[in-house]
Amino acid sequence: MVTVDLFNSLYVFILAAFIGFEVIRKVSPLLHTPLMSLTNALDAIAVVGAIILAGERKTTLSLILGTIAIVAATSNIVGGFIITDRMLKMFKSSRTQKP
Amino acid sequence: MIPQSHVIEVTYIIAVVLFILSLKWLSSPATARRGVWAGEVGMLLAIIGTLLYNGIVDYKWIAIALVLGAIIGVPLGNVQMTAVPQRTALSHAFGALCVTLVGTAEFYLRTPHVPTFVMSVLSLEVILGGLTFTGSLMAAGKLQEVLPQRPITYKGQNFVNLGMLAIAVVIAVMLVRDPGNTTLYPIMVGISLIFGIMMIIPIGGADMPTVISLLNSYAGLSAAAMGFVLNSKLLIVAGSLDGASGFILSVNMSKAMNRSFTNVLFGAFGQVQTAAAGAVEQRNVRSATPEEAAAILSAANKVVIVPGYGMAVAQAQHKVRELYDALTKRGVDVKFGIHPVAGRMPGHMNVLLAEADIPYDKLLDMDEINGELPQTDVALIIGANDVTNPAARTDASSPIYGMPILDVDKARTVMVIKRSMSPGFAGIDNPLYYLDNNLMLFGDAKQFVNSIVRELTGGGGH
Repeated sequence: MVTVDLFNSLYVFILAAFIGFEVIRKVSPLLHTPLMSLTNALDAIAVVGAIILAGERKTTLSLILGTIAIVAATSNIVGGFIITDRMLKMFKSSRTQKP
Repeated sequence: MIPQSHVIEVTYIIAVVLFILSLKWLSSPATARRGVWAGEVGMLLAIIGTLLYNGIVDYKWIAIALVLGAIIGVPLGNVQMTAVPQRTALSHAFGALCVTLVGTAEFYLRTPHVPTFVMSVLSLEVILGGLTFTGSLMAAGKLQEVLPQRPITYKGQNFVNLGMLAIAVVIAVMLVRDPGNTTLYPIMVGISLIFGIMMIIPIGGADMPTVISLLNSYAGLSAAAMGFVLNSKLLIVAGSLDGASGFILSVNMSKAMNRSFTNVLFGAFGQVQTAAAGAVEQRNVRSATPEEAAAILSAANKVVIVPGYGMAVAQAQHKVRELYDALTKRGVDVKFGIHPVAGRMPGHMNVLLAEADIPYDKLLDMDEINGELPQTDVALIIGANDVTNPAARTDASSPIYGMPILDVDKARTVMVIKRSMSPGFAGIDNPLYYLDNNLMLFGDAKQFVNSIVRELTGGGGH
Protein backbone atom coordinates (compact mmCIF):
# COMPACT_ATOMS: atom_id res chain seq x y z
CA MET A 1 0.00 0.00 0.00
CA VAL A 2 2.75 2.39 0.96
CA THR A 3 4.40 2.13 -2.43
CA VAL A 4 1.08 2.77 -4.21
CA ASP A 5 0.66 5.95 -2.17
CA LEU A 6 4.21 6.91 -2.90
CA PHE A 7 3.83 6.63 -6.65
CA ASN A 8 0.49 8.40 -6.60
CA SER A 9 2.05 11.21 -4.64
CA LEU A 10 5.00 11.39 -7.01
CA TYR A 11 2.68 11.64 -10.02
CA VAL A 12 0.79 14.48 -8.37
CA PHE A 13 4.00 16.25 -7.41
CA ILE A 14 5.50 16.06 -10.87
CA LEU A 15 2.33 17.16 -12.65
CA ALA A 16 1.76 20.00 -10.20
CA ALA A 17 5.35 21.17 -10.60
CA PHE A 18 4.94 21.28 -14.38
CA ILE A 19 1.67 23.19 -14.10
CA GLY A 20 3.34 25.52 -11.62
CA PHE A 21 6.24 26.24 -13.97
CA GLU A 22 3.98 26.86 -16.96
CA VAL A 23 1.51 29.07 -15.11
CA ILE A 24 4.03 31.06 -13.13
CA ARG A 25 6.36 31.66 -16.07
CA LYS A 26 3.56 33.73 -17.57
CA VAL A 27 3.26 36.03 -14.56
CA SER A 28 4.60 39.46 -15.52
CA PRO A 29 7.65 40.68 -13.56
CA LEU A 30 5.41 43.59 -12.68
CA LEU A 31 3.52 41.34 -10.29
CA HIS A 32 6.34 39.31 -8.80
CA THR A 33 5.85 40.72 -5.31
CA PRO A 34 2.10 39.91 -5.21
CA LEU A 35 2.96 36.53 -6.74
CA MET A 36 5.17 35.78 -3.79
CA SER A 37 2.62 36.85 -1.21
CA LEU A 38 -0.16 34.95 -2.97
CA THR A 39 1.78 31.70 -3.27
CA ASN A 40 2.68 32.15 0.36
CA ALA A 41 -0.96 32.37 1.33
CA LEU A 42 -1.79 29.32 -0.81
CA ASP A 43 1.13 27.42 0.69
CA ALA A 44 -0.44 27.95 4.10
CA ILE A 45 -2.93 25.26 3.08
CA ALA A 46 -0.63 23.25 5.34
CA VAL A 47 -3.14 24.41 7.92
CA VAL A 48 -5.33 21.41 6.99
CA GLY A 49 -2.63 19.06 8.25
CA ALA A 50 -2.31 21.08 11.42
CA ILE A 51 -6.08 21.11 11.98
CA ILE A 52 -6.25 17.32 11.78
CA LEU A 53 -3.25 16.99 14.06
CA ALA A 54 -4.67 19.28 16.73
CA GLY A 55 -8.23 17.97 16.29
CA GLU A 56 -7.30 14.32 16.68
CA ARG A 57 -5.50 15.18 19.91
CA LYS A 58 -3.66 11.87 20.03
CA THR A 59 -1.04 13.17 22.46
CA THR A 60 -0.55 16.41 24.37
CA LEU A 61 2.53 17.11 22.25
CA SER A 62 0.62 16.75 18.99
CA LEU A 63 -2.15 19.02 20.31
CA ILE A 64 0.34 21.74 21.32
CA LEU A 65 2.42 21.57 18.14
CA GLY A 66 -0.70 21.35 15.99
CA THR A 67 -2.27 24.37 17.66
CA ILE A 68 0.83 26.53 17.21
CA ALA A 69 1.05 25.34 13.60
CA ILE A 70 -2.56 26.42 12.97
CA VAL A 71 -1.81 29.88 14.37
CA ALA A 72 1.28 30.24 12.16
CA ALA A 73 -0.47 29.05 9.00
CA THR A 74 -3.67 31.04 9.59
CA SER A 75 -1.70 34.25 10.04
CA ASN A 76 -0.14 33.56 6.63
CA ILE A 77 -3.50 32.89 5.02
CA VAL A 78 -5.16 36.01 6.40
CA GLY A 79 -2.14 38.30 6.06
CA GLY A 80 -1.14 36.93 2.67
CA PHE A 81 -4.53 37.38 1.02
CA ILE A 82 -5.04 40.84 2.54
CA ILE A 83 -1.69 42.21 1.40
CA THR A 84 -1.90 40.61 -2.05
CA ASP A 85 -5.27 42.23 -2.64
CA ARG A 86 -4.02 45.56 -1.30
CA MET A 87 -1.10 45.47 -3.71
CA LEU A 88 -3.15 44.42 -6.72
CA LYS A 89 -5.70 47.14 -6.04
CA MET A 90 -2.91 49.68 -6.55
CA PHE A 91 -1.96 48.53 -10.05
CA LYS A 92 -3.85 50.75 -12.48
CA SER A 93 -3.25 51.27 -16.15
CA SER A 94 -3.04 54.79 -17.58
CA ARG A 95 -6.10 54.09 -19.71
CA THR A 96 -8.41 53.32 -16.81
CA GLN A 97 -6.86 55.94 -14.59
CA LYS A 98 -7.32 59.05 -16.71
CA PRO A 99 -10.90 60.36 -16.73
CA MET B 1 -25.63 8.98 1.58
CA ILE B 2 -22.26 10.13 0.31
CA PRO B 3 -19.43 9.15 2.65
CA GLN B 4 -17.90 12.05 4.51
CA SER B 5 -14.40 11.34 3.28
CA HIS B 6 -15.64 11.80 -0.29
CA VAL B 7 -17.14 15.18 0.55
CA ILE B 8 -13.81 16.25 2.00
CA GLU B 9 -11.92 15.01 -1.06
CA VAL B 10 -14.29 16.95 -3.34
CA THR B 11 -13.65 20.18 -1.46
CA TYR B 12 -9.91 19.50 -1.82
CA ILE B 13 -10.19 18.89 -5.55
CA ILE B 14 -12.14 22.13 -6.03
CA ALA B 15 -9.53 23.92 -3.91
CA VAL B 16 -6.72 22.59 -6.12
CA VAL B 17 -8.48 23.81 -9.26
CA LEU B 18 -9.07 27.22 -7.71
CA PHE B 19 -5.43 27.48 -6.60
CA ILE B 20 -4.18 26.83 -10.11
CA LEU B 21 -6.68 29.30 -11.57
CA SER B 22 -5.63 31.77 -8.92
CA LEU B 23 -2.04 31.75 -10.18
CA LYS B 24 -3.15 31.72 -13.79
CA TRP B 25 -5.25 34.86 -13.29
CA LEU B 26 -2.29 36.54 -11.65
CA SER B 27 -0.56 36.64 -15.04
CA SER B 28 -2.16 39.98 -15.90
CA PRO B 29 -3.00 42.95 -13.67
CA ALA B 30 -6.46 43.02 -15.25
CA THR B 31 -7.48 39.59 -13.90
CA ALA B 32 -5.15 39.42 -10.91
CA ARG B 33 -7.65 40.40 -8.24
CA ARG B 34 -9.94 37.61 -9.42
CA GLY B 35 -6.98 35.34 -8.68
CA VAL B 36 -6.92 36.41 -5.05
CA TRP B 37 -10.63 35.76 -4.83
CA ALA B 38 -10.22 32.26 -6.28
CA GLY B 39 -7.45 31.54 -3.80
CA GLU B 40 -9.58 32.70 -0.89
CA VAL B 41 -12.57 30.58 -1.90
CA GLY B 42 -10.35 27.55 -2.42
CA MET B 43 -8.74 28.02 0.96
CA LEU B 44 -12.08 28.45 2.71
CA LEU B 45 -13.49 25.32 1.07
CA ALA B 46 -10.47 23.25 2.01
CA ILE B 47 -10.61 24.40 5.63
CA ILE B 48 -14.35 23.75 5.91
CA GLY B 49 -13.85 20.35 4.32
CA THR B 50 -11.12 19.53 6.83
CA LEU B 51 -13.28 20.58 9.76
CA LEU B 52 -15.87 18.00 8.65
CA TYR B 53 -13.34 15.21 9.20
CA ASN B 54 -14.84 12.81 11.73
CA GLY B 55 -11.50 12.04 13.37
CA ILE B 56 -11.55 15.47 14.98
CA VAL B 57 -12.49 15.02 18.63
CA ASP B 58 -11.80 18.51 19.93
CA TYR B 59 -12.67 21.76 18.16
CA LYS B 60 -11.84 24.10 21.02
CA TRP B 61 -8.12 24.50 20.31
CA ILE B 62 -8.65 24.61 16.57
CA ALA B 63 -11.09 27.49 17.00
CA ILE B 64 -8.77 29.36 19.36
CA ALA B 65 -5.82 28.87 17.02
CA LEU B 66 -7.76 29.98 13.94
CA VAL B 67 -8.93 33.14 15.69
CA LEU B 68 -5.48 33.87 17.08
CA GLY B 69 -3.90 33.33 13.66
CA ALA B 70 -6.40 35.71 12.09
CA ILE B 71 -5.67 38.31 14.77
CA ILE B 72 -1.95 38.10 13.99
CA GLY B 73 -2.58 37.96 10.24
CA VAL B 74 -4.62 41.15 9.90
CA PRO B 75 -1.84 43.56 10.98
CA LEU B 76 0.65 41.52 8.91
CA GLY B 77 -1.58 42.08 5.91
CA ASN B 78 -1.75 45.81 6.55
CA VAL B 79 1.92 46.72 6.83
CA GLN B 80 3.34 49.66 4.88
CA MET B 81 4.30 48.84 1.31
CA THR B 82 7.94 49.64 2.06
CA ALA B 83 7.86 46.88 4.70
CA VAL B 84 6.65 44.22 2.26
CA PRO B 85 10.05 42.48 1.90
CA GLN B 86 10.41 41.83 5.62
CA ARG B 87 6.75 40.86 5.87
CA THR B 88 7.29 38.34 3.11
CA ALA B 89 10.35 36.92 4.84
CA LEU B 90 8.36 36.66 8.06
CA SER B 91 5.55 34.81 6.33
CA HIS B 92 8.06 32.33 4.89
CA ALA B 93 9.19 31.78 8.49
CA PHE B 94 5.61 31.17 9.67
CA GLY B 95 4.91 28.77 6.82
CA ALA B 96 8.08 26.84 7.57
CA LEU B 97 7.30 26.84 11.29
CA CYS B 98 3.92 25.24 10.64
CA VAL B 99 5.47 22.55 8.46
CA THR B 100 8.29 21.81 10.92
CA LEU B 101 5.93 21.53 13.88
CA VAL B 102 3.53 19.23 12.06
CA GLY B 103 6.45 17.08 10.88
CA THR B 104 7.81 16.86 14.42
CA ALA B 105 4.44 15.88 15.84
CA GLU B 106 4.04 13.23 13.14
CA PHE B 107 7.45 11.81 13.96
CA TYR B 108 6.67 11.40 17.65
CA LEU B 109 3.22 9.95 16.88
CA ARG B 110 4.58 7.35 14.50
CA THR B 111 7.98 6.43 15.93
CA PRO B 112 9.30 3.72 16.00
CA HIS B 113 7.17 2.38 13.13
CA VAL B 114 7.94 4.83 10.39
CA PRO B 115 8.31 3.32 6.90
CA THR B 116 11.59 4.12 5.15
CA PHE B 117 10.03 6.36 2.55
CA VAL B 118 7.93 8.33 5.03
CA MET B 119 10.92 8.87 7.28
CA SER B 120 12.97 10.10 4.33
CA VAL B 121 10.47 12.75 3.26
CA LEU B 122 9.74 13.62 6.87
CA SER B 123 13.45 14.33 7.39
CA LEU B 124 13.50 16.40 4.23
CA GLU B 125 10.41 18.24 5.44
CA VAL B 126 11.82 19.23 8.83
CA ILE B 127 15.36 19.98 7.59
CA LEU B 128 14.01 22.30 4.89
CA GLY B 129 11.35 23.65 7.24
CA GLY B 130 13.82 24.25 10.05
CA LEU B 131 16.41 26.07 7.99
CA THR B 132 13.73 28.10 6.23
CA PHE B 133 12.22 29.10 9.57
CA THR B 134 15.39 30.51 11.13
CA GLY B 135 16.82 31.67 7.80
CA SER B 136 13.68 33.67 7.04
CA LEU B 137 13.62 35.16 10.52
CA MET B 138 17.23 36.26 9.98
CA ALA B 139 16.34 37.71 6.58
CA ALA B 140 13.36 39.54 8.07
CA GLY B 141 15.59 40.87 10.86
CA LYS B 142 18.14 42.16 8.38
CA LEU B 143 15.47 43.76 6.22
CA GLN B 144 13.80 45.38 9.23
CA GLU B 145 17.30 46.51 10.27
CA VAL B 146 17.04 45.02 13.74
CA LEU B 147 20.05 42.91 12.68
CA PRO B 148 23.18 44.26 10.97
CA GLN B 149 22.59 44.36 7.21
CA ARG B 150 26.27 44.03 6.45
CA PRO B 151 27.34 40.53 5.37
CA ILE B 152 29.32 38.89 8.17
CA THR B 153 32.00 36.54 6.92
CA TYR B 154 34.73 34.58 8.62
CA LYS B 155 37.38 32.16 7.55
CA GLY B 156 36.13 28.65 6.83
CA GLN B 157 32.51 29.80 6.77
CA ASN B 158 31.54 27.68 3.80
CA PHE B 159 33.25 24.68 5.34
CA VAL B 160 31.34 25.12 8.60
CA ASN B 161 28.01 25.62 6.82
CA LEU B 162 28.39 22.71 4.45
CA GLY B 163 29.64 20.57 7.31
CA MET B 164 26.52 21.29 9.33
CA LEU B 165 24.27 20.48 6.43
CA ALA B 166 26.18 17.25 5.85
CA ILE B 167 25.78 16.24 9.51
CA ALA B 168 22.03 16.91 9.32
CA VAL B 169 21.80 14.69 6.24
CA VAL B 170 23.83 11.92 7.90
CA ILE B 171 21.53 12.02 10.94
CA ALA B 172 18.54 11.88 8.59
CA VAL B 173 19.95 8.74 6.99
CA MET B 174 20.50 7.22 10.43
CA LEU B 175 16.91 8.03 11.36
CA VAL B 176 15.63 6.45 8.17
CA ARG B 177 17.44 3.28 9.14
CA ASP B 178 16.35 3.48 12.77
CA PRO B 179 13.18 5.59 13.12
CA GLY B 180 12.90 4.64 16.78
CA ASN B 181 15.88 6.78 17.73
CA THR B 182 14.13 9.68 19.41
CA THR B 183 17.36 11.28 20.63
CA LEU B 184 18.70 11.81 17.12
CA TYR B 185 15.58 13.56 15.90
CA PRO B 186 15.89 16.76 17.99
CA ILE B 187 19.58 16.97 17.03
CA MET B 188 18.66 16.89 13.36
CA VAL B 189 16.07 19.64 13.80
CA GLY B 190 18.45 21.67 15.96
CA ILE B 191 21.20 21.53 13.36
CA SER B 192 18.88 22.62 10.58
CA LEU B 193 17.69 25.53 12.73
CA ILE B 194 21.27 26.64 13.34
CA PHE B 195 22.14 26.12 9.68
CA GLY B 196 19.35 28.52 8.71
CA ILE B 197 20.95 31.25 10.82
CA MET B 198 24.48 30.57 9.59
CA MET B 199 23.30 30.50 5.98
CA ILE B 200 21.95 34.07 6.14
CA ILE B 201 24.80 35.63 8.17
CA PRO B 202 27.03 36.21 5.09
CA ILE B 203 24.14 37.55 2.96
CA GLY B 204 24.08 41.28 2.25
CA GLY B 205 21.11 43.47 1.43
CA ALA B 206 21.74 43.44 -2.31
CA ASP B 207 21.42 39.64 -2.37
CA MET B 208 18.08 39.69 -0.56
CA PRO B 209 15.91 39.33 -3.69
CA THR B 210 17.60 36.04 -4.54
CA VAL B 211 17.63 34.80 -0.97
CA ILE B 212 13.96 35.60 -0.34
CA SER B 213 13.04 33.78 -3.54
CA LEU B 214 15.13 30.80 -2.54
CA LEU B 215 13.54 30.67 0.92
CA ASN B 216 10.16 30.92 -0.77
CA SER B 217 11.06 27.87 -2.81
CA TYR B 218 12.24 25.95 0.26
CA ALA B 219 9.04 26.81 2.14
CA GLY B 220 7.03 25.41 -0.76
CA LEU B 221 9.12 22.26 -1.07
CA SER B 222 8.91 21.55 2.65
CA ALA B 223 5.12 21.86 2.43
CA ALA B 224 5.10 19.47 -0.53
CA ALA B 225 7.21 17.03 1.52
CA MET B 226 4.65 17.36 4.29
CA GLY B 227 2.03 16.39 1.70
CA PHE B 228 3.99 13.19 1.01
CA VAL B 229 4.15 12.40 4.73
CA LEU B 230 0.43 13.00 5.30
CA ASN B 231 -0.46 11.54 1.91
CA SER B 232 -2.33 14.74 1.11
CA LYS B 233 -2.49 15.56 -2.59
CA LEU B 234 -3.84 19.02 -1.86
CA LEU B 235 -0.73 19.85 0.10
CA ILE B 236 1.56 18.37 -2.53
CA VAL B 237 -0.04 20.53 -5.22
CA ALA B 238 -0.01 23.75 -3.17
CA GLY B 239 3.54 23.09 -2.00
CA SER B 240 4.89 22.37 -5.45
CA LEU B 241 3.16 25.45 -6.91
CA ASP B 242 4.85 27.55 -4.24
CA GLY B 243 8.13 25.72 -4.73
CA ALA B 244 7.99 26.24 -8.50
CA SER B 245 7.20 29.91 -8.07
CA GLY B 246 10.08 30.44 -5.67
CA PHE B 247 12.39 28.51 -7.96
CA ILE B 248 11.49 30.53 -11.05
CA LEU B 249 11.98 33.77 -9.14
CA SER B 250 15.33 32.57 -7.77
CA VAL B 251 16.53 31.72 -11.27
CA ASN B 252 15.36 35.14 -12.53
CA MET B 253 17.14 36.93 -9.73
CA SER B 254 20.36 34.95 -10.13
CA LYS B 255 20.36 35.61 -13.86
CA ALA B 256 19.76 39.29 -13.23
CA MET B 257 22.86 39.32 -11.05
CA ASN B 258 24.82 36.98 -13.29
CA ARG B 259 25.46 34.68 -10.37
CA SER B 260 24.62 31.10 -9.54
CA PHE B 261 22.65 30.01 -6.45
CA THR B 262 25.77 28.58 -4.91
CA ASN B 263 27.56 31.83 -5.55
CA VAL B 264 24.82 33.79 -3.78
CA LEU B 265 24.74 31.42 -0.82
CA PHE B 266 28.42 30.67 -0.54
CA GLY B 267 30.06 33.47 -2.51
CA ALA B 268 30.23 36.10 0.23
CA PHE B 269 30.05 39.00 -2.20
CA GLY B 270 31.33 41.46 0.41
CA GLN B 271 34.89 40.17 0.31
CA VAL B 272 35.42 40.80 -3.38
CA GLN B 273 34.09 44.29 -3.12
CA THR B 274 36.32 45.63 -0.40
CA ALA B 275 39.22 44.73 -2.65
CA ALA B 276 37.66 46.50 -5.63
CA ALA B 277 36.79 49.60 -3.65
CA GLY B 278 40.45 50.29 -2.96
CA ALA B 279 41.11 51.07 -6.62
CA VAL B 280 39.06 54.28 -6.72
CA GLU B 281 40.92 57.13 -8.36
CA GLN B 282 40.21 60.84 -8.48
CA ARG B 283 38.33 61.70 -11.61
CA ASN B 284 36.18 64.53 -12.81
CA VAL B 285 32.60 64.57 -11.67
CA ARG B 286 30.04 67.11 -12.80
CA SER B 287 27.14 68.03 -10.59
CA ALA B 288 24.00 70.08 -11.05
CA THR B 289 21.49 71.97 -8.94
CA PRO B 290 17.74 71.23 -8.82
CA GLU B 291 17.12 74.27 -11.05
CA GLU B 292 19.50 72.97 -13.72
CA ALA B 293 18.06 69.47 -13.44
CA ALA B 294 14.53 70.83 -13.83
CA ALA B 295 15.56 72.83 -16.90
CA ILE B 296 17.11 69.78 -18.55
CA LEU B 297 14.13 67.59 -17.71
CA SER B 298 11.57 70.05 -19.03
CA ALA B 299 13.51 70.42 -22.27
CA ALA B 300 13.45 66.66 -22.83
CA ASN B 301 11.02 64.72 -24.99
CA LYS B 302 11.60 61.37 -23.39
CA VAL B 303 12.66 60.68 -19.81
CA VAL B 304 13.37 57.32 -18.21
CA ILE B 305 13.41 57.15 -14.42
CA VAL B 306 15.39 54.31 -12.87
CA PRO B 307 14.39 53.68 -9.25
CA GLY B 308 16.36 51.59 -6.79
CA TYR B 309 16.34 50.63 -3.15
CA GLY B 310 17.50 54.15 -2.25
CA MET B 311 14.13 55.47 -3.42
CA ALA B 312 12.38 53.10 -1.03
CA VAL B 313 14.67 54.06 1.85
CA ALA B 314 14.07 57.77 1.26
CA GLN B 315 10.30 57.10 0.86
CA ALA B 316 10.56 59.19 -2.29
CA GLN B 317 8.00 57.32 -4.42
CA HIS B 318 5.21 59.85 -3.88
CA LYS B 319 7.50 62.73 -4.80
CA VAL B 320 8.52 60.75 -7.87
CA ARG B 321 4.85 60.54 -8.77
CA GLU B 322 4.64 64.36 -8.54
CA LEU B 323 7.64 64.61 -10.82
CA TYR B 324 5.97 62.19 -13.22
CA ASP B 325 2.82 64.34 -13.20
CA ALA B 326 4.69 67.61 -13.67
CA LEU B 327 6.69 66.26 -16.61
CA THR B 328 3.73 64.49 -18.22
CA LYS B 329 1.74 67.72 -18.02
CA ARG B 330 4.51 69.40 -20.01
CA GLY B 331 4.21 66.75 -22.68
CA VAL B 332 7.33 64.82 -21.69
CA ASP B 333 7.10 61.06 -22.23
CA VAL B 334 8.07 59.55 -18.87
CA LYS B 335 8.72 55.86 -18.34
CA PHE B 336 10.29 53.81 -15.60
CA GLY B 337 13.04 51.24 -16.08
CA ILE B 338 12.92 48.50 -13.47
CA HIS B 339 15.83 46.13 -13.00
CA PRO B 340 14.77 42.66 -11.74
CA VAL B 341 16.90 42.99 -8.62
CA ALA B 342 16.09 46.63 -7.86
CA GLY B 343 14.98 46.76 -4.25
CA ARG B 344 14.95 43.98 -1.73
CA MET B 345 12.59 41.46 -3.33
CA PRO B 346 11.32 40.59 -6.81
CA GLY B 347 8.89 43.23 -8.03
CA HIS B 348 9.56 45.52 -5.05
CA MET B 349 9.84 48.73 -7.11
CA ASN B 350 6.68 48.03 -9.10
CA VAL B 351 4.65 47.77 -5.92
CA LEU B 352 6.04 51.02 -4.50
CA LEU B 353 5.43 52.92 -7.74
CA ALA B 354 1.96 51.43 -8.13
CA GLU B 355 1.25 52.55 -4.58
CA ALA B 356 2.21 56.06 -5.66
CA ASP B 357 -0.44 55.74 -8.41
CA ILE B 358 1.93 55.50 -11.33
CA PRO B 359 0.16 53.55 -14.09
CA TYR B 360 1.65 50.08 -14.50
CA ASP B 361 2.00 50.35 -18.27
CA LYS B 362 4.71 52.98 -17.62
CA LEU B 363 6.75 50.46 -15.62
CA LEU B 364 9.01 48.62 -18.04
CA ASP B 365 11.32 45.74 -17.29
CA MET B 366 14.99 45.68 -18.21
CA ASP B 367 14.74 44.22 -21.71
CA GLU B 368 11.95 46.56 -22.77
CA ILE B 369 13.58 49.71 -21.47
CA ASN B 370 17.05 48.89 -22.80
CA GLY B 371 15.59 49.05 -26.29
CA GLU B 372 14.40 52.58 -25.62
CA LEU B 373 17.32 54.06 -23.69
CA PRO B 374 19.41 55.03 -26.76
CA GLN B 375 16.51 57.26 -27.89
CA THR B 376 16.06 58.71 -24.42
CA ASP B 377 16.95 62.32 -23.65
CA VAL B 378 17.34 62.01 -19.91
CA ALA B 379 17.81 58.95 -17.71
CA LEU B 380 17.16 59.93 -14.10
CA ILE B 381 18.50 57.48 -11.54
CA ILE B 382 17.02 57.61 -8.07
CA GLY B 383 18.66 55.46 -5.45
CA ALA B 384 19.96 52.78 -7.81
CA ASN B 385 23.64 52.08 -8.32
CA ASP B 386 24.99 48.68 -9.29
CA VAL B 387 22.17 47.96 -11.74
CA THR B 388 23.30 50.97 -13.81
CA ASN B 389 27.05 50.32 -13.60
CA PRO B 390 28.53 50.13 -17.12
CA ALA B 391 31.55 48.28 -15.69
CA ALA B 392 29.30 45.21 -15.77
CA ARG B 393 29.51 45.41 -19.57
CA THR B 394 33.08 46.52 -20.06
CA ASP B 395 35.35 45.80 -17.10
CA ALA B 396 36.17 42.10 -16.78
CA SER B 397 37.85 42.72 -13.43
CA SER B 398 34.72 44.17 -11.86
CA PRO B 399 32.95 41.92 -9.35
CA ILE B 400 29.69 42.53 -11.19
CA TYR B 401 31.12 41.93 -14.67
CA GLY B 402 28.57 40.15 -16.85
CA MET B 403 25.58 41.22 -14.82
CA PRO B 404 22.82 42.50 -17.13
CA ILE B 405 22.32 46.21 -16.45
CA LEU B 406 20.09 49.06 -17.51
CA ASP B 407 22.04 50.84 -20.27
CA VAL B 408 21.41 54.31 -18.87
CA ASP B 409 24.77 55.53 -20.16
CA LYS B 410 23.31 55.34 -23.69
CA ALA B 411 20.82 58.10 -22.91
CA ARG B 412 21.77 61.61 -24.05
CA THR B 413 22.02 62.85 -20.47
CA VAL B 414 22.23 60.83 -17.29
CA MET B 415 21.34 62.31 -13.93
CA VAL B 416 22.01 60.47 -10.69
CA ILE B 417 20.48 61.50 -7.39
CA LYS B 418 22.86 60.37 -4.69
CA ARG B 419 23.86 61.52 -1.23
CA SER B 420 27.59 61.59 -1.89
CA MET B 421 30.26 60.02 -4.07
CA SER B 422 30.91 57.25 -1.57
CA PRO B 423 30.41 53.84 -3.15
CA GLY B 424 27.00 52.45 -2.25
CA PHE B 425 26.02 49.44 -0.25
CA ALA B 426 27.84 47.01 -2.50
CA GLY B 427 31.01 49.13 -2.37
CA ILE B 428 31.70 48.96 -6.10
CA ASP B 429 32.86 52.13 -7.85
CA ASN B 430 30.54 53.20 -10.65
CA PRO B 431 32.33 54.60 -13.75
CA LEU B 432 28.99 55.99 -14.90
CA TYR B 433 29.49 58.91 -12.52
CA TYR B 434 32.60 60.07 -14.38
CA LEU B 435 31.10 60.02 -17.88
CA ASP B 436 30.81 63.26 -19.82
CA ASN B 437 27.06 62.94 -20.20
CA ASN B 438 26.51 62.33 -16.50
CA LEU B 439 25.39 64.85 -13.91
CA MET B 440 25.41 64.10 -10.21
CA LEU B 441 22.52 65.53 -8.20
CA PHE B 442 23.81 65.44 -4.65
CA GLY B 443 21.23 65.23 -1.92
CA ASP B 444 18.47 63.23 -0.30
CA ALA B 445 16.31 61.56 -2.96
CA LYS B 446 13.02 62.81 -1.58
CA GLN B 447 14.15 66.40 -1.03
CA PHE B 448 15.93 66.62 -4.36
CA VAL B 449 12.97 65.32 -6.34
CA ASN B 450 10.79 67.72 -4.38
CA SER B 451 13.05 70.66 -5.35
CA ILE B 452 12.88 69.64 -9.01
CA VAL B 453 9.08 69.37 -8.83
CA ARG B 454 8.87 72.83 -7.27
CA GLU B 455 11.00 74.24 -10.07
CA LEU B 456 8.81 72.57 -12.68
CA THR B 457 5.43 73.53 -11.21
CA GLY B 458 6.27 76.92 -9.67
CA GLY B 459 8.21 79.76 -11.29
CA GLY B 460 5.32 81.13 -13.37
CA GLY B 461 4.81 78.25 -15.78
CA HIS B 462 8.44 77.88 -16.55
